[in-house]
Amino acid sequence: MSEQAQKPVDPIPNMEDKWYWEGADRGEFLGERCTECRAFRHPPRPMCPHCHSLGREHVALSGKGVVDSWVTPVHPRSFGFDTPPLVVLVMLEEGYRVIANLLDVAPEDVAMGMPVSVDFQETSGGRKLPVFRPLG
Amino acid sequence: MGFNGRDVAIVGIGHTEYSKNSGRSELQLAAECSLAALQDAGIEPADVDGMVTFTIDNNDETGLCRCLGVRDLAYTARVPGGGAGSVATLQHAAAAVSSGIADTVVIWRAMNERSQYRFGQPSAGGASTAGVGASSLMSAIPYGAQSPGSWLALSAQKYMHTYGVTNRDLGLVSVLQRAYAANNPDAWFYGKPITLEDHQNSRWVVEPILRLLDCCQESDGGVALVVTSLERARDLQQKPVRILAASSSLPTNNEVITNFYRDDLLEMTESRMVAPRIFRQAGLSPADMDVAMFYDAFTPAVLMQIEAFGFCETGAAKDLLADGFGQIDSALPFNTNGGLIGEAYVHGMNSIIEVVRQLRGTSHNQVAGAQLGLATSGPAGAILGVD
Repeated sequence: MSEQAQKPVDPIPNMEDKWYWEGADRGEFLGERCTECRAFRHPPRPMCPHCHSLGREHVALSGKGVVDSWVTPVHPRSFGFDTPPLVVLVMLEEGYRVIANLLDVAPEDVAMGMPVSVDFQETSGGRKLPVFRPLG
Repeated sequence: MGFNGRDVAIVGIGHTEYSKNSGRSELQLAAECSLAALQDAGIEPADVDGMVTFTIDNNDETGLCRCLGVRDLAYTARVPGGGAGSVATLQHAAAAVSSGIADTVVIWRAMNERSQYRFGQPSAGGASTAGVGASSLMSAIPYGAQSPGSWLALSAQKYMHTYGVTNRDLGLVSVLQRAYAANNPDAWFYGKPITLEDHQNSRWVVEPILRLLDCCQESDGGVALVVTSLERARDLQQKPVRILAASSSLPTNNEVITNFYRDDLLEMTESRMVAPRIFRQAGLSPADMDVAMFYDAFTPAVLMQIEAFGFCETGAAKDLLADGFGQIDSALPFNTNGGLIGEAYVHGMNSIIEVVRQLRGTSHNQVAGAQLGLATSGPAGAILGVD
């Protein structure tokens, strides 16, 4: 859970989400918002489903949310992890879910609705992944 | 009737043996199962004029036409969504025949997804290509959620937590289906029933949701069906099985398998959308169904489909199962071939032909007097009936 000899694999960006991973490299946790109607959307996409604007901006989020789901993939062993990772869906304060790892918690101590905040973890290729830790 | 043109029927079914190492190419499996289905129907392979399959099949129509000696293929369709599209193949075949743009449509699926590759294990990006429907899949990879089981478990956790569904509850599905498989000579687990204790003693695959015995198999094999007009079906050698309704749904912000971003994780929104549509098309209700096949890649999806297709309230499937729902003498026997868990995982298609067998009266676990059957694959559903 804490010290790993292996590091997670690098993100695999695409044309729509590369800003998310590039923001993480800079230590920023970003979300995508429509420049016209200001609605957040996730996963990222070129058009707002509400007003159909092509305007998109990537803004700093609070980095806070609550655990909405969690699992530990045990078999097959996950690439990039010495021990099975704790994978979570976090419901962000901004109202949508992201997938990430939750650090510093044993799986048996995770609870639905547990408050968490964002941090960043280095990958094997020297990039950074948004991850979460318990708040407070 | 859900199709405005000609009435439509399934007139042939065929499959190869289900194994872990077929020892031959996926194209050969496709050719063998398609020929078997055409021979079952008594239709000349040269006369096939339509073909339907779904994404993540490595075979091309061209290769299969060459094997079968198809003269003039007038219609093809490849449904998105991988296994979620399996039941939707019936929608496309039926629409083609009903409208008259094709007369004889072969639906096929053929895979060496155990011996040639490992379908349930991490692969280098193949599952993220267009048409699979898992468009956010790659963002899960660096976090160690790299297998279909891990993605399904993530989306099932909140449902189970909210309604108090335990892994032991899920075991009821596995035990039921392995009992059916144990009596089905075609099944990989023929003669091998399990107990709930066996289920509880199997190792975790994705803790705390899925044990080994909550997961479908990886199988080699091929399955095919032949669809034509009901009028023609009545002159053929098999008892026609009518396609009374078939439809599918892709709701906003849904995905296949990595379905984390929909508004409500407590329900299968896609099934909730398609269920009323097929029952309305057929002029029937869930209570009319004599038998069902629910897509069972992983056990939680069975409970959520039982609920979404209208057999009980959300969260109540575990109690229904505990009361014997699904057993051969219950209100709705389901996955009577053993399902994808017990018979084989030919990406859903082997369960669709089990509905046909039930309505012909030829299942190894025959439901007495079955007249109407339901097939579901999450976002797709179909209602079949005797003529």
